Amino acid sequence: MVTMQLVPYNELQALTSVGRIRKLLSLAKEKKIVLVQGRLAKEEEAELIKATMEEINKDFRGIELAVIEPNAKGGSFMDGVASMLLGNRVGMTVIGPASVVKSIRRDPNKIELLMEERRSRRRR
Amino acid sequence: MLDFITKFWRRLFGAALRGNVKIGLYGPPNSGKTTLANRICKDWIGEEMGSVSPIAHETREIQQKESIVLKNKNGDELTFALVDTPGIATRIDYEDFVKAGMPEKAAKRRAREATKGVIDSIKWLDEMDAVVVVLDATQDPFSQVNITILGNLQARDIPVLVVANKVDLRKAKPKRVEAAFPQYPVVHVSAKEGRNVDELYEELFKVVGR
Repeated sequence: MVTMQLVPYNELQALTSVGRIRKLLSLAKEKKIVLVQGRLAKEEEAELIKATMEEINKDFRGIELAVIEPNAKGGSFMDGVASMLLGNRVGMTVIGPASVVKSIRRDPNKIELLMEERRSRRRR
Repeated sequence: MLDFITKFWRRLFGAALRGNVKIGLYGPPNSGKTTLANRICKDWIGEEMGSVSPIAHETREIQQKESIVLKNKNGDELTFALVDTPGIATRIDYEDFVKAGMPEKAAKRRAREATKGVIDSIKWLDEMDAVVVVLDATQDPFSQVNITILGNLQARDIPVLVVANKVDLRKAKPKRVEAAFPQYPVVHVSAKEGRNVDELYEELFKVVGR
């Protein structure tokens, strides 16, 4: 069974930068696929990668990460204004533990999560 | 505000105080950063930077060559320190190295060192005066690691040159790299064969001068 958890933007906004990273990483370590409303700041994305590397061990092998943003080029003037007002609330971030998610492919209209195959199979 | 002043001060006087600029090679694992570093070092100082391997994360420590003097067609000189960084990744699994043929103990050590290497690469971003982002042109350029690296360089206001590497391979699609990152100059290179490196050197002058 795969668990997905939605994290609303407001929930992250209330935290400090370090708090945001710790929260997302701890959810990924619980083997949950995390869907975040909006995106982290660019520096926070790099900090998330750094924090992930610090936590890697035999049970936690890292994360798969994808940030999906509305196409800025194709956006209207109003989209641009909305983006300015809403800041990092626009778009979506997907974080999955590497033991569960093999890779994340982005497409303008869809997100594909390729799952890791289970290494041991149960026999009936 | 303090951050802005620090950045401004570093841009204005940092390179001058150090005597030369620091140019970093960044990118995902196995994109050919060390092969390119070796090519540049061999061309200008006659010696290589480090070892290369088909197994990812061969470079796990920051490597640096000081005082490389590049000359362009006009006779201008650019003196810089070249910094080769470990590939940045979001996942490191020692079992991948075992699958590539490494003994388990060595694979675990490599994984441990590789995680430290990624952390160091990110920490060193602030030290760079310009960065060459080396991408494997046979791979999808829209990976989150590529986007995060470029986003962080943009946020730090560090000049960037993108290299679409491995153009000697049939599967290479350097135009795709250009289309993915139209805001940056992109040079199509084969670091392994030395293809188009002269164009890379010319672009370096322009990028560092920005």
